[in-house]
Amino acid sequence: MKSAKKDLLGIEELSTDEIGFILDTADSMKEISLRDIKKVPTLRGKTVVHFFHEPSTRTKTSFEIAAKRLSADAVSISASTSSIVKGETLIDTARNLEAMNPDVVVIRHQASGSAQMIANRIRASVINAGDGMHAHPTQALLDMMTVREKKKTLSGLKIVIAGDIAHSRVARSNIIGFTRMGSDVVVAGPPTMIPMDIESVGATVTYSIEDAARKADVIMILRIQKERMDDFLFPSNREYASFFGLTHKAVSKARKNVVIMHPGPINRGVEIPPEIADGSRSVILDQVENGVAVRMAVLYLLIGGSRHASDN
Amino acid sequence: MRLIIRGGRVIDPASNTDAIKNVVIENGRIVRLQSGAETRNPDSEIIDASGMWVVPGLIDMHTHLREPGHEYKETIATGCAAAAAGGFTSICCMPNTTPVNDNQSVTDYILKKAREAEHARVYPVGAISKGLQGRSLAEFGELKEAGVVAVSDDGNPVMNSQLMRRALEYTRAFDLFVISHCEDLDLAGSGVMNEGTVATRLGLRGIPNAVESVMVSRDLMLAELTGAKLHIAHVSAADSVRCIRDAKKRGVLVTAETAPHYFSLTEAALLDYNTNAKMNPPLRTKKDVEAICEGLRDGSIDAIATDHAPHSILEKDIEFDAAANGIIGMETSLPLSLKLVRNGILDPMTLIAKMSTNPARIIGLPAGQLKPGASADVTVIDPEVSFTVDANSFKSKARNCPFDGWNLQGKAALTIVEGRIIHRSPPFDLG
Repeated sequence: MKSAKKDLLGIEELSTDEIGFILDTADSMKEISLRDIKKVPTLRGKTVVHFFHEPSTRTKTSFEIAAKRLSADAVSISASTSSIVKGETLIDTARNLEAMNPDVVVIRHQASGSAQMIANRIRASVINAGDGMHAHPTQALLDMMTVREKKKTLSGLKIVIAGDIAHSRVARSNIIGFTRMGSDVVVAGPPTMIPMDIESVGATVTYSIEDAARKADVIMILRIQKERMDDFLFPSNREYASFFGLTHKAVSKARKNVVIMHPGPINRGVEIPPEIADGSRSVILDQVENGVAVRMAVLYLLIGGSRHASDN
Repeated sequence: MRLIIRGGRVIDPASNTDAIKNVVIENGRIVRLQSGAETRNPDSEIIDASGMWVVPGLIDMHTHLREPGHEYKETIATGCAAAAAGGFTSICCMPNTTPVNDNQSVTDYILKKAREAEHARVYPVGAISKGLQGRSLAEFGELKEAGVVAVSDDGNPVMNSQLMRRALEYTRAFDLFVISHCEDLDLAGSGVMNEGTVATRLGLRGIPNAVESVMVSRDLMLAELTGAKLHIAHVSAADSVRCIRDAKKRGVLVTAETAPHYFSLTEAALLDYNTNAKMNPPLRTKKDVEAICEGLRDGSIDAIATDHAPHSILEKDIEFDAAANGIIGMETSLPLSLKLVRNGILDPMTLIAKMSTNPARIIGLPAGQLKPGASADVTVIDPEVSFTVDANSFKSKARNCPFDGWNLQGKAALTIVEGRIIHRSPPFDLG
């Protein structure tokens, strides 16, 4: 089976069945990474361009490994090595990439809407690897995969997302994904970091992480960026850690089998204490592992099989 | 040479006329408005305007013509042609050109180019501060002598309250007035669209209503303090309408304009990251649109202006965050505004007042009325004709129009400046 879609730009474009199918596919892909020879010929002869216009370690590496394990030819470009530094526009760069006939362009860019802008203009499939504060669909998929692994379901759960919701594409994509799959999402953070009308996306809001954590099945902690202090969003790391960071007390209010997640990179001791990040409830490294599987699944579903062949 | 516009519905707010009349024009002046048959005269060109509205020439008191300096976006000639096509006989152009219109030579240049264009009349607006830098006053006296009709730092707000106070005071010596672009830059931060549901969904940084309204409030207080005339540009937010309404009740010498996009569109127009719906102030919510309509209805908002802001695809066909603010408006303003009449918000007389009589009064032009003896600046409107907006057919150089492809109703059929026809469209076109 193949996806009929050309691109993966956001979670909102996926039905519950499609999300379920991607996660099922990812479950089966996961085994490949555990083999001695971690490679299958599925995408042999396909070209995947990773165009990362923003710093990224985890996501970029994860995509590259996913492409390579499926035998695709993977190329990476970063902003500093691209012609963007010579003044080329994003659209021109994309068109030039297009002229080399890649099958997929994976794009990370700081402007919200940039992935859609590229997708509207090129024939190749586009995977949004994070656009500004808008969306990060593969992150939400890997988070859902991880939760489904641990909880055996994605419906009826209480999911807490805590931290800088306003600036987080991870939060947006996860709110949409988890609510679509039938769970409740509560966002928690300082009022300065809760965007207006986030309820319209499907979340309920509290400013207290302890209130939010009550009977939670999942607590996802977001990274707090130091530069937000310059925007008057919070006064200091110390105050943030004691009032809005994850605490042992908050964890104690959650369900016994609560899982603790973080999309990384972690500021240890600011939004999450090290002993919780490394503790038995933490699934942070499972998220990273599942990231490769989810990206293999997405690549396979977009360009594997016969869609391109039948186009000829 | 005599021109008779026969049998049209003459709507002239200045004389409170709304009746079928003939308008007789001779040597560039209106001679008389006449009921019944006009005596035949072999020298007369007769225009059969039955079924049409005959109104004082429309006036757009807020445009950007981009010349000098940004001729690739628009020139004075193309901007004036766009004005004529939209039914405008007079327009004001903002000073944010390169160089800035903060001195006589730039004003002279604009007026010379406008004369050569032979389309709509152009009334330049001078800068409040030298170079629009917000640090020192421009030479209002010299600018006035050169022909500016008002001062504004439009595009840039005057953040320094002391400068705004002094600018308001200083205009009183020259019978000028301040047009204020109200925006608190600190509060706006790096916002690119209205703060609210759509921005949250799109992951774009928001601009709350208060960015506009706190500065509207400040400027109203300063107008009250100084007794000077203040005009608030491009009102977009419900709270601003309320502040202006209250100030008018107190007797503050304030007038205000809004633009067709602020009563025709909401933030929902941005849902697919459409940069042609990106502007400053940003498109707001349904509640704001309703407040703008109410402000137009109750007189809190005096004028409809376009804030015609031409940009090329270089500034628009890029990432949303980086795209320039603004849309063109002169060729869609009239049909969009006619919707206010069809929707029962304004009667035809009030609409024409907002698009002609009131702007003329605010600016101090001897226009905006069909009075015998007055210069024959007249717009003949076909209020019923339906058409599909095609940005590629615009006279403007620019195409940044969120209404492209819309089906609209009502158009300027004839635009006449000083008795000279500067625009014709069906049924009056010569082709």
